[in-house]
Amino acid sequence: MKTPLALAITAAAMTATSAVAQEPQYGGVIDTVIQPEPPGLVLGMIQNAPTRTVAGNIYEGLMRYTTDLEPIPQLATEWEVSDDGLTWTFHLREDVTWHDGETFNAEDVVFSADVFHRDLNPSARAVLQHIESIEAIDDYTVEFTLTEPFGPFPLSFEAGTFTMVPEHIYAGTDFRNNEANNHPIGTGAFKFDEWDRGTVIKLVKNEDYYEEGLPYLDGINWHIIPDGASRAIAYENGTVDVLPYGTVENFDIPRLTEMDNTCVTEEGHEYFSPFAMLWMNNREGPTADKRFRQAVMYAMDREFARDVLWNGLGKVPLGAFGSNAKFQNDDLEPYDHDPEKARELLDEMGYDGEEVRLLPLPYGETWTRWAEAVQQNLREVGIEVTTEATDVGGWNQRLGEWDFDLAFTYLYQYGDPALGISRTYLSSNIEKGSPWNNVEGYENEKVDELFNEAATAYPEEEREALYHEVQEILQEDVPVGWLLELGFPTVYRCDVKNLVTSGVGVNDSFKDTWLDR
Amino acid sequence: MKFLARFAQNRGALIGLIILVAIILMAILAPLVFPESPWRMVQRPFLPPLEQDGFPLGTDTMGRNVASGLMHGAWVSLLIGLVSTTVALAIGVPLGAIAGYYGGLIDDALMRFTEFFQTIPNFALAIVLVAIMQPSVTSIVLAIALVSWPPVARLVRAEFMSLRHREYVEAARLVGQGDLTIILRQILPNTLSPIIVLASLMVATAILLESALSFLGLGDPNVMSWGYMIGAARTVIRQAWWLSFFPGVAILLTVLSLNLVGEGLDDALNPKLARERQ
Repeated sequence: MKTPLALAITAAAMTATSAVAQEPQYGGVIDTVIQPEPPGLVLGMIQNAPTRTVAGNIYEGLMRYTTDLEPIPQLATEWEVSDDGLTWTFHLREDVTWHDGETFNAEDVVFSADVFHRDLNPSARAVLQHIESIEAIDDYTVEFTLTEPFGPFPLSFEAGTFTMVPEHIYAGTDFRNNEANNHPIGTGAFKFDEWDRGTVIKLVKNEDYYEEGLPYLDGINWHIIPDGASRAIAYENGTVDVLPYGTVENFDIPRLTEMDNTCVTEEGHEYFSPFAMLWMNNREGPTADKRFRQAVMYAMDREFARDVLWNGLGKVPLGAFGSNAKFQNDDLEPYDHDPEKARELLDEMGYDGEEVRLLPLPYGETWTRWAEAVQQNLREVGIEVTTEATDVGGWNQRLGEWDFDLAFTYLYQYGDPALGISRTYLSSNIEKGSPWNNVEGYENEKVDELFNEAATAYPEEEREALYHEVQEILQEDVPVGWLLELGFPTVYRCDVKNLVTSGVGVNDSFKDTWLDR
Repeated sequence: MKFLARFAQNRGALIGLIILVAIILMAILAPLVFPESPWRMVQRPFLPPLEQDGFPLGTDTMGRNVASGLMHGAWVSLLIGLVSTTVALAIGVPLGAIAGYYGGLIDDALMRFTEFFQTIPNFALAIVLVAIMQPSVTSIVLAIALVSWPPVARLVRAEFMSLRHREYVEAARLVGQGDLTIILRQILPNTLSPIIVLASLMVATAILLESALSFLGLGDPNVMSWGYMIGAARTVIRQAWWLSFFPGVAILLTVLSLNLVGEGLDDALNPKLARERQ
């Protein structure tokens, strides 16, 4: 007969066992894939999606973001804002070292934000234009002074925007040709180990990581498998355990999710809300005519692309602002699939059949097929399109040099129009050399004015009114084509725990991830 | 007539010719049978063969008609095969003729140049050339031609070397004919039969090369070719076998028929050799 005491002990023992089962386990190397092979790993210098995914483990920002886009501490332990919203003081962790052993301090923050990213990173520049000064108060305190209140400022510290890079390595050098670019040094939970080009990028556990007990994994292997079918097979035969979004072809996903021990999540891109767009060169050729660009919008069958190419995942956007972005204007006139209207517009502008060049995004089969579908849509309304295939490097270069008529891309929206959306349309963001700024060359003073005003307007209702107005102008001008708000599922084995813990998904660090096996 | 009779004696060659004619007809009739572009998305994707009228071979990943792609692709494949072979002959024949006719230093120089191309594996060189020039029909034709002329040059050179001291050539020289006339009017016509045989086989190789390039994604993205169809279908081979199967069979039959025809031509043009073989 059991006494109450024995019962209590049994109960305690049971709780203990289940607690043990919940306890994260140490060890193990996680195998995953990266597609395509990134051109480099220095975040901020290079903005291709695959770079962010891998380097998100090596580099860190001052803050991270939850799936609701609430900031949580990372390299900064806490921060305070002055009453007028102009002065932001960040208190940094004092126990952080770079992967090469140097101490991380306020100088690194000032250098990263004020020098490195000002020079290289268009998404940081969009924030920097609202900043008057960045100063180190002492070794572990940094003060950002804004020129005016800037709504999205607290959202701009994610690792891809203001990545912390080591001042002692980069200061005074030619950033793009610095030796260290081949061996990135960050503060993250994983260190760069080796990069066997075309095969694998290996990261190893940072034994000196400042967060107590983290990370759990011994390392991460990012396999480079250039063929979509082979990536799916690599998952099926157990070579890899995680397929980050965009790494398998969409038509493989239903088959993979039926496997045992397989989980899928669509969480983890709230912060990015990837938005597929069609660059249209506003400077020259037929695409310089607004009516031509409208015709392209009417000619494209975007629902077909979503249903057939993306397995029904994602949303056809109304206009320039995605549905995940704040301040979307729902009253805009939608661009439905209407070839007849497209032909009318082309007739009206007197399109003479001049050839336009289309650059597909070299990120895999789905994108290639998509370009074929758009090419066909356009041909059916009488637009002469030739597709010019390139590799990732060639694509970056062609866009940076403005050598295109139409080009596929997808951009992240970063939760706030002032971070992720205005950069595509502001004329101050036109600059050769980067495929991520105002590549299309759209210039509209009114739009500049509205965007700039909206970024700093207060309160939110004021911003909303301004953003609604700017969307109406953009809807009419169609500086770029709005293709699809991408739905990106991540496929992984269910025994990989804590894979997606924040609003940036697998682009965030794997520091909390552990293997239950 | 004799030539045709000799050709028909080789049953394989006859079958090859029939297949080849059928494929050529396919290419010619494509725009009539399927007036719409093969890129058009016309039905639901992944429609299996024989399931719906008008789609005997089903549809691909995007609902494009496979039968239409196959017929339009025949045109592209044959065109690339023929044009690149012509270009290769245009490079190889003159080089071989000059080297073989003059011999000596000129021969040495030209042959070292030829060997330079021969030392690089054909396909690797073709990939590099297409990648540098950007994939397009022109760059693919050029690349294939540039990698396939050396055997022509060597063959023509060998023929010229054996013929240049024949009596009729000496006679022509005695009458006062110039080098160019002798090359073009006396020797070249006598080397034609091996060149024709080689050319027919080169067309087959060119089609294979083009397919392989397209398969690797280095095809012209604006034309529907068989290699492209297989390359695009490769990723879905487990869901939809027919997408890679039919273009694959088409390539197989075309290349096989060209080889059979080539052999038949060889027999017909060199009756002596053919008899010896029997």
